[in-house]
Amino acid sequence: MSEAKKAPEGLYYTKEHEWVKLEGGLAVVGLTDFAQDQLGDITYVELPEVEAEVEQMGEMCVVESVKTAADVYAPLSGTVAEVNSALEDAPELINQDCYGAGWLVKLSGFDQAELDNLMDAGAYVQLMTEGE
Amino acid sequence: MRFTPHTSEDRAAMLAALGLGSVDELFEVIPEPLRARSWDLPPGMSEPEVSQYLAKLAGLNAQDLVCFLGGGFYDHYIPAAVDALISRGEFYTAYTPYQAEMSQGILQSIFEYQSAICRLTGLDAANASLYDGGTALYEAAMMAVRKTKRKKLIVCTSVSPIYRIMLRTYTINLHLELVEADVSDPAVLQGLLDQDTAGLILQNPDFFGVLHDYAPHFAAVRELKGLGILGCNPIALAVAKTPAQMGADIAVGEGQPLGLPLSFGGPYLGFMAVSQALLRTMPGRIVGRTHDGQGRVGYCLTLQTREQHIRREKATSNICSNEALCALAAVIFLGLMGKQGLVELAELNMTQAAYARERLCAIDGVEPVDQGPWFNEFRVRLPIDARVAVSRMIDKGIAAGFPLGRYYPEQSNNLLVAVTEKRSKEEIGYLAEGLEAVL
Amino acid sequence: MKTIFEISRPGRRAASLPCSRVDQRFCQMSKLPPELRRSEPAELPEVAEIDLVRHYTLLSRMNFGVDVGTYPLGSCTMKYNPKFTEVAARLPGFAGLHPLLPQLRRGGLLAQGALQVIYELERLLKQITGMDAFTMQPLAGAHGELTGIMLMAAYHNDKGNQKSLVLVPDSAHGTNPASAAIAGYQVVTVPSKDGVMDPAAFKEKLSDQVAGVMMTNPNTVGLFNPYIAEIAEAAHQADALMYYDGANLNAIMGYAKPADLGFDIVHLNLHKTFGTPHGGGGPGAGPVGVVERLRDYMPISRVDVRGDGTLFLDYDHPKSIGYVAPFYGNFGVCLKAFAYILALGGEGLKEVSQDAVLAANYLRVKLGDKWQVAFDRPCMHEVVFSAEDKAAQHGVSALDVAKALIDEGFHPPTIYFPLVVKEAMMVEPTETEALENLDALVAAMGRIADKAASDPEALHAAPVTTPVGRLDEVSAARHPVLQEPQA
Repeated sequence: MSEAKKAPEGLYYTKEHEWVKLEGGLAVVGLTDFAQDQLGDITYVELPEVEAEVEQMGEMCVVESVKTAADVYAPLSGTVAEVNSALEDAPELINQDCYGAGWLVKLSGFDQAELDNLMDAGAYVQLMTEGE
Repeated sequence: MRFTPHTSEDRAAMLAALGLGSVDELFEVIPEPLRARSWDLPPGMSEPEVSQYLAKLAGLNAQDLVCFLGGGFYDHYIPAAVDALISRGEFYTAYTPYQAEMSQGILQSIFEYQSAICRLTGLDAANASLYDGGTALYEAAMMAVRKTKRKKLIVCTSVSPIYRIMLRTYTINLHLELVEADVSDPAVLQGLLDQDTAGLILQNPDFFGVLHDYAPHFAAVRELKGLGILGCNPIALAVAKTPAQMGADIAVGEGQPLGLPLSFGGPYLGFMAVSQALLRTMPGRIVGRTHDGQGRVGYCLTLQTREQHIRREKATSNICSNEALCALAAVIFLGLMGKQGLVELAELNMTQAAYARERLCAIDGVEPVDQGPWFNEFRVRLPIDARVAVSRMIDKGIAAGFPLGRYYPEQSNNLLVAVTEKRSKEEIGYLAEGLEAVL
Repeated sequence: MKTIFEISRPGRRAASLPCSRVDQRFCQMSKLPPELRRSEPAELPEVAEIDLVRHYTLLSRMNFGVDVGTYPLGSCTMKYNPKFTEVAARLPGFAGLHPLLPQLRRGGLLAQGALQVIYELERLLKQITGMDAFTMQPLAGAHGELTGIMLMAAYHNDKGNQKSLVLVPDSAHGTNPASAAIAGYQVVTVPSKDGVMDPAAFKEKLSDQVAGVMMTNPNTVGLFNPYIAEIAEAAHQADALMYYDGANLNAIMGYAKPADLGFDIVHLNLHKTFGTPHGGGGPGAGPVGVVERLRDYMPISRVDVRGDGTLFLDYDHPKSIGYVAPFYGNFGVCLKAFAYILALGGEGLKEVSQDAVLAANYLRVKLGDKWQVAFDRPCMHEVVFSAEDKAAQHGVSALDVAKALIDEGFHPPTIYFPLVVKEAMMVEPTETEALENLDALVAAMGRIADKAASDPEALHAAPVTTPVGRLDEVSAARHPVLQEPQA
């Protein structure tokens, strides 16, 4: 698997394996390729409610596979503006396309300054490589 | 009596394989000062001796009392096939079906049990069972707290007082607000419902045997986004409006009437069914239907990520078992009764109780307390303390009912009388004649 | 196999109900207002008794129990369940006894036999564990844990202690952290060192915020923690209570008592240590014992003895936490455990622990030839192996090994637990498995080890002897089908 597939450039990353992409004034959030690979076949996503307030690195939602459940942390503080409701019927989208159709939520009202607490692709890949 | 198969030669062979001289050496890891200083247990007994001793103890319990006690636990007839089938060692000496391929029997039986509970309650999903009706009610209350992230639980005083004590016990440390009031009166309910209400807990038939339609109550709590929880008698569900029809989100109840002996308080069976929206926050084991690689239908434990062995401190509950054998008994009982038979059983209970009510209320000084309609239990007001009356009735060989003063101090003259299909017309006659004589 | 609903045929029935001899005017159904009635009868099966009996008999044949074969499921103690205890629990004097009877005035006199079972069982469990009081109310092991933590909370609340944490070792049963959390505590995990909770790591986590410590000893990897006295002393200095998860008491009967090890609260799994059947997943029973200073908080009722020697239910304990069960626990299960303890006696129980520990160590040595032992030193009643090497070398996981064992006619060990061992396989033979069965297990595991090297694909395909093969758990969880669809 190419490095680009693992962690595309231009996104921001957390050490808990979430990514953020800024898009049209919103922050799109998803799970990294490393995370979906570790979890295995994802069976369910417990999405937050729209308009819920989240704090940076606070618990935002839960993804489940057959044998594990993992908390997903909010990479930025903000308000949940939109959730990916396609995941309700097709949680496998996270496995298939974690940086695209498998996105989780979109946040609004976030603080740009908090992006400084996140990693770029290079730093994230390095962190994963160290962990191996 | 021992159940270990090992001969002294077997033990010697195992010790030799370990290079040990005595089995005590294996326990040397326990530091000497911590070793047991006494072991004052009686010597073993043979099977006939233990059996005779237990038969003697059983004989010290009143066995011939004609039973009109209920209170949520009923003396129903248990068809012989129930015991015959649950006594098969393949079922009762198995454990939780972790290895699905060799546990299809218990898994399918639980799936069938879940299906039966869904059909009785009208709700979308049932779990594999909880310990008993009281813990099921507590789990339902906690589901409401988790789901709504609110702190207030409203419980009707006509919910079993035993379960209400359990609820207080379980929630005392959890910073919840437990409000107990007679909320069967919609005006009282309206005064208590608010934006902090997590759940409304009602019971049908209520503790006094009265049947209700709680649809307006559940509609009111739903309007404020709280959950509606209904405790039910599973045999009454054969005829009564279902929790789903009333708009309840969660139905729970004690499954003892479904083929389980009274057995001095357990083992029993807590059943739980929920609406689709609550499926993934339901506690307990759940069995699902799936297929293997060759497309053959099979059953497995599913949605386990809710459970303690995966979620640990974040689990929906700490329960790690169910009452599988009791659930098996229940689904066998429901199969034996069948679609029509269960309705007939419910009707028979109601009819017998109605007859008893008329007989008792014909006694001078005995009055009905409620307007009805009732299921198989009702309360009457006596001219004397009900405890005294019941105590006198015991001398006549009749457990006449439960004196409500025990849990409702203001009801010291009220007697709760249950009548099942097992009570004959003659026995009901003895009850009435006896009561008349002791008042 | 078809479900009971699928074999249903309209008009068939098995119900046999008495004809009411009460006058038809008492029939209530016609008087029941429509808003109180269900609109349609519940779609329950319509079957003849023979249909139903065959159905469940066939299902039983698709199930594996201790009565069928060796069941070395670690931590679950799948020992033989003596038959005579089943008969005892079905004696009409016990099975037919209404639990409200002793709550009537002078009603205790009507249940003296049942009360005596509880009273004597309490005395026996006190002797076995060294505790000062027992309640039979908790309905299962995990329920006992919750009860124990609630007792812990009651103790601290009564003393005015403000404590919010419960310490749990990383090897603990998942129920331990779940029970503590549900009772309102935050859980702090303590790491193990060389298989057991490390006293240094423990003391690092210990503070005056700690309400209690939950441990099992021997622990879930089958090792006795030799530092237990040091841990208990430190805990008590911080006024934290020591909680004993009695899941593994079957390893130390006659050799050590939880009270002597420094524990204040203990739950026992009667279905493990005392041979009551597991019932396909329940009912169990989880009596809780405490030391003297916690007695006042115990659930009510308590069975006590009057001056005249009669037993009664005592509800007069104002500091009690209340009811954790509606009545007196899973009495039927307690009764079976009582019968079991009476039959074995003190020497028999000690022999249970001896033979259980002996058998586990025998397997540790014999299986150790071909399988990695997680902690290669004498164990207690269970031993944990790891398939990590087989996974790395041949791609054969603990799951594959388990499924292959099914084809060999054994119930597999517990797999992937405890979490502290990778590819864990936790083997608990129990004292009731004969030597030739232990040897047969060793031989089967040997064949599987060989096959892992020679033909790993065959192991991936296991089991092949069962009514179904490995099931699609992913689709089961993604699209749950939890009941028979209705027409």
